Amino acid sequence: MTYEIPEVPGEEKVVITGETAGVWPLWEVFVRAKRGLNHIHVGSVHAADAETAVQNARDTYTRRYEGVSIWVVASAEIHTSDDSAAMFEPFADKPYRHPTFYEIPDEVGQL
Amino acid sequence: MTAPTAAGVLPTYVLRLADDLLINAQRLSEFITRGPELEEELAIANTALDNLGVAQQLYEYVSELEGGARTADEIAFLRAEREFTNCLLVEQPHADFADVMGRQFFLDAWHCELWPALESSGDATLAAVAAKAAKEARYHFRHSAGWVIRLGDGTVESAKRMQRALNTLWKFTGELTTADELDRRAAAQGSGVDPSDLQAAWQDRVGEMLDEAQLTVPADRYQATGGRSGRHTEHLGHLLAEMQFMQRAYPGMEW
Repeated sequence: MTYEIPEVPGEEKVVITGETAGVWPLWEVFVRAKRGLNHIHVGSVHAADAETAVQNARDTYTRRYEGVSIWVVASAEIHTSDDSAAMFEPFADKPYRHPTFYEIPDEVGQL
Repeated sequence: MTAPTAAGVLPTYVLRLADDLLINAQRLSEFITRGPELEEELAIANTALDNLGVAQQLYEYVSELEGGARTADEIAFLRAEREFTNCLLVEQPHADFADVMGRQFFLDAWHCELWPALESSGDATLAAVAAKAAKEARYHFRHSAGWVIRLGDGTVESAKRMQRALNTLWKFTGELTTADELDRRAAAQGSGVDPSDLQAAWQDRVGEMLDEAQLTVPADRYQATGGRSGRHTEHLGHLLAEMQFMQRAYPGMEW
């Protein structure tokens, strides 16, 4: 949804350009299901600021008691890996890097 | 409205608590598909559902107290306008988002005082419902007060609209904290609270937020009352026509 930002006498004209022009910015939402677990990425919400992002995340993702804690991070602040062929494919043929590849001598017992 | 007998005080008192919530829930749900953003719409719908949930519990309790003469659904969907005892505030229509938030802000501030007070009601069922509702009210207030502050301390335009909404609604807020005969009798029985005892706390709560929002507490002037005795503004009838249509058109229908 986009808005016309009204021009108000006495106020500077608000100009927002780029992809997010006229929409609330996007925030990534992480929810901790219960104490002792990690926050897990569950999705994203639109919000004008961090405080409303937490509230919107609460109403969007925890209304069935899915969580006890919420983190939000501005989506624009997330840096991602790219070029997946070069980044990850070299590891595809190195199964010996899994510790399960080796036989564990009986004497070692339970690791 | 005739004064209830001693045994009728509690159900009549619970009924007015429930009516406030049901009518407010109906008003809020009118905003669904009209929210400024999907997320905000969901937040408003959640508040409406919270209100509706408490209203349902209270109507069921009224039905039980009355000995099952009418079901909760019949109480909600088959009473006429004059039989509703909700406060005038909740039936007020909204033209824009500031009206929705202003109405909700005044009501949430009231519920933040009312429900904790009712947690120590001598009536165990009412106290239990109040405990649940008090938690919900605290969150609702954080949400609505947050918007009042954001709009009040926002742009010239948003502050103008927020102030206009508060000014328009102000004359319906006095009724919240005005005690009538039923309130006093419910308080004397130990099951209810006298709303005038909560007046100062409500005013402080509202004043503190409006201060932060850089808005003005509207000047005291004429305060409209009548909702508690079934004398409503012209808006309630229209709201009920929409809310009750299905049960009126198809009596006894179920989903």
